[in-house]
Amino acid sequence: MFLFEQELPDTSERPTIVNMSRRDFLKRTALAAGSTFVLGAFIGCRSKTEFVPETKIPAQGTMADAAFQPNLLIGISDAGDVFIVCTRSEMGQGIRTGMPPVIADELEASWNRVHVVQADGDPKYGDQNTDGSRSVRKHFDEWRKAGATARAMFVTAAAQTWGVAESECVAENHVVKHMATGRELGYGELAATAATLEVPENPTLKSRDQWRYITKPMRGVDNRDIVTGTAVFGIDAQLPGMLYASVERCPVIGGKVKTYDTKSALAIPGVRQVIPIPAATLPPAFNALGGLAVVAENTWAAFKGREALEVEWHLGPNATHNSEVYRNEMEKSATSPGREIRTVGDVTRAMNEAAKTVEAVYHVPMLAHAPMEPPSALAWVKKDGTCEIWTPSQDPQAVRTTVAETLGVEVEKITVHVTLLGGGFGRKSKPDYVVEAVLISKAVGAPVKVTWTREDEIRFDYFHAPSVQYLQAGLDAQGKTTAWVHRTTFPSISSTFRTNVDHASSGELGLGFTTNPYNIPNMRLENGAAEAHVRIGWLRSVCNIQHGFTLNAFAGELAQAAGRDQKDYLLELIGPPRNLNSLFEGDKGAYGEDLSRHPYETGRLRHVVELAAEKAGWGKDRPKGHALGIAAHFSFVSYVAHVVHASVKDGKVRVHRVDCAVDCGTYVNPDRVKAQMEGSVVFGLTLALHGKITVSSGAVEQSNFHDYPLLRINETPEIHVHIVENQSPPGGVGEPGVPPVAPALTNAILRITGKPIRELPIRLSELS
Amino acid sequence: MSNLLQTVSTFALKVNGEVRTVEASPDMPLLWVLRDLMRLTGTKYGCGIGLCGACTIHLDGEAIRSCSTPISAAVGKEVTTIEGLSIDGTHPLQLAWDELNVSQCGYCQTGQIMTAASWMREKENPTPQAIDGYQSGNLCRCGTYTRIRAAIVRATEIEGR
Ligand code: FES
Ligand code: FES
Repeated sequence: MFLFEQELPDTSERPTIVNMSRRDFLKRTALAAGSTFVLGAFIGCRSKTEFVPETKIPAQGTMADAAFQPNLLIGISDAGDVFIVCTRSEMGQGIRTGMPPVIADELEASWNRVHVVQADGDPKYGDQNTDGSRSVRKHFDEWRKAGATARAMFVTAAAQTWGVAESECVAENHVVKHMATGRELGYGELAATAATLEVPENPTLKSRDQWRYITKPMRGVDNRDIVTGTAVFGIDAQLPGMLYASVERCPVIGGKVKTYDTKSALAIPGVRQVIPIPAATLPPAFNALGGLAVVAENTWAAFKGREALEVEWHLGPNATHNSEVYRNEMEKSATSPGREIRTVGDVTRAMNEAAKTVEAVYHVPMLAHAPMEPPSALAWVKKDGTCEIWTPSQDPQAVRTTVAETLGVEVEKITVHVTLLGGGFGRKSKPDYVVEAVLISKAVGAPVKVTWTREDEIRFDYFHAPSVQYLQAGLDAQGKTTAWVHRTTFPSISSTFRTNVDHASSGELGLGFTTNPYNIPNMRLENGAAEAHVRIGWLRSVCNIQHGFTLNAFAGELAQAAGRDQKDYLLELIGPPRNLNSLFEGDKGAYGEDLSRHPYETGRLRHVVELAAEKAGWGKDRPKGHALGIAAHFSFVSYVAHVVHASVKDGKVRVHRVDCAVDCGTYVNPDRVKAQMEGSVVFGLTLALHGKITVSSGAVEQSNFHDYPLLRINETPEIHVHIVENQSPPGGVGEPGVPPVAPALTNAILRITGKPIRELPIRLSELS
Repeated sequence: MSNLLQTVSTFALKVNGEVRTVEASPDMPLLWVLRDLMRLTGTKYGCGIGLCGACTIHLDGEAIRSCSTPISAAVGKEVTTIEGLSIDGTHPLQLAWDELNVSQCGYCQTGQIMTAASWMREKENPTPQAIDGYQSGNLCRCGTYTRIRAAIVRATEIEGR
């Protein structure tokens, strides 16, 4: 069961958790022991095999009144219940079964006594923005220390109780033991004493061989709630007396309402009111887009009322924007000299001296996030000036500050409860949809839930930027690449937050472009200009999507030009194992990581290439029309390679199998690492085969899954994930699997048809 | 729009074995009847036009898209939602889904399970083709498809076929 951090309004008998106080719901949970609360624990916990789930022992208290709270993340009651706060948002990446096991491990807590409490948005927890594949990467040591602190205090408490030396005592699986006498005290029994002790500064962390949960496959803490339909996503949040709203927005970003008539809308049974929301000024940032909100007694009435609205819009300056024209402009920009980003050697001379040159222009379209749960938020602006929110947010602190600003009140007045997210992929880092709910709730004086339709989600996304890239390479007589020019052009995410932005930020270029690992003596990297006419945002792996695509697809083309094996050629481009820290200035490397902790090592990239190739049976003969393609990419300080086995028949491509090798350093839950790679393959195939958003006269042309299709099960290959055992600090997992998928597929197609694919999504006409 | 559809009527529906009475326009899709009027939120909205399967429920045992089925079509029939698939969450599919950690975000999974539960009742041994065929109407943006395949096979083992 999903525990919110704060007491929830205790109001009615409705069977959802938002209507129960925590006490109530824990009582009910106790009655339903085993059915809703099975989390599982390890039997034979030191092995890597799947554990046998044990019935969760229901909690008797709450986090708030736990006797011993050594820090913000842990509460232990006299009864021995362990509450662990998950400060990161769960959107399917598995953090609720990632963060708590790390803390529980160092705490030596028994997993069937652990209750996961979802944190509200609050800066006291430090960073909560769940994006950038950084939860474990950034916080692993901090979480271990939190757990180890509590464990050390239990040991001290027991030693003091027995009047023995601490060194004679050991904490193990929820008890402290006195080794000499075999005496034991449980964590519950020790909680009150531990609470009186000083918190140690530097508790000793466990060694790797002592890990109980970390690196073991753990069963998902929300599995049971999900499969029984009791899990609460943002769209499921309810309050007594709440109203439902749906917002009609101007189809063009920057436009606003000219005239409107609400008569027919108000005639729909259940429709209560139509509330104008002021148009957002540009840049759009996290503001509500503005428009007309239809407020009703249920979602359906709100949708119908919206359809019945009569609205005329001032479309504003972006109404002349068209994808076709824009594409040509970007292509012009990509094929003319751009802003110089990095130059190594003498590219012009090397190109002149090359035995052969290859050039290519690549297009990757605009993409929408399409999480299965569209944006939604339940907000309640109360008479006392406070506001309480339930929403599926990746960044609850941004929700809090944005809402406080909107309402003109102190952040302390805003409470943000984080529900489960029905997918995020970067969309739910932006709180524009929450701002809508807040404005409407304030206007109607009741709790209001805003539900975006699928059409809203696709039309009013913060899109992945469309891009055009120019690549040129010079090959010597032996076919070795000696010169490389790469110009990348795409509208920057910065344009969402600032006006007059026409080039990429260095952060965006660091996503696969300036981190190019290829060992080429002459290289020039440039960035072409591009302006934004829609809201641009970050989508799972962000600019690594387009940069990972071109680096690998062009490598495939060069292998072909050189008449060489694709994998061997990729390895030659990557070059010998070496350290690439010199690509960065100062101490900070890729993704803001400390270079001494996360050096950029091509040996690790080579290794995943070799591993994926070996597991896929690279080099074996395949039937006619079949081939393997390979691609590898470094992102979020992890290294991933995919080998795709595809076939082309009658102008149709079929993906049979994907072998994925991932080196993410130390991992917590290998089952979730695998799941993220599986999901990344599906995500990557969707963008390779289907995804494309276009704009005509400023308005997005696609609207639902018929014209923005996602990969379906019958198109899904077998997926085999191979995790590299590596004790380096943890790298990212949620995103790095995505970038190499599309190029591994196009590289396979290249080997079958001999024709390079330079535009996504892959068009059937290119396969004949 | 006809006046008829603008009129709210009283409907008595049998949902998960229990008769429940609601006031709704006859064109209100079962999805919103279940979610907003009956507070059964396990059935999800994903597209509203029959393309994603997130809203799948059973009408007289058969899987249907509740987003595209008006309340008037359910009168006199048995409606089953994920909340009523089993009394205690121990349908073989629910157990298999848990065991194999199928869910990522979990949002699509109630629909996936309801789809599978309906066709598996008749299918003796689910072949890979059958699984892909029957489940192809259910989208999962998180990409859990390979585990859905495995869990359906596992469910038949749990069922002791
Ligand atoms: S919501 Fe019914 S099929 Fe998508
Ligand atoms: S598990 Fe997230 S959409 Fe399927």
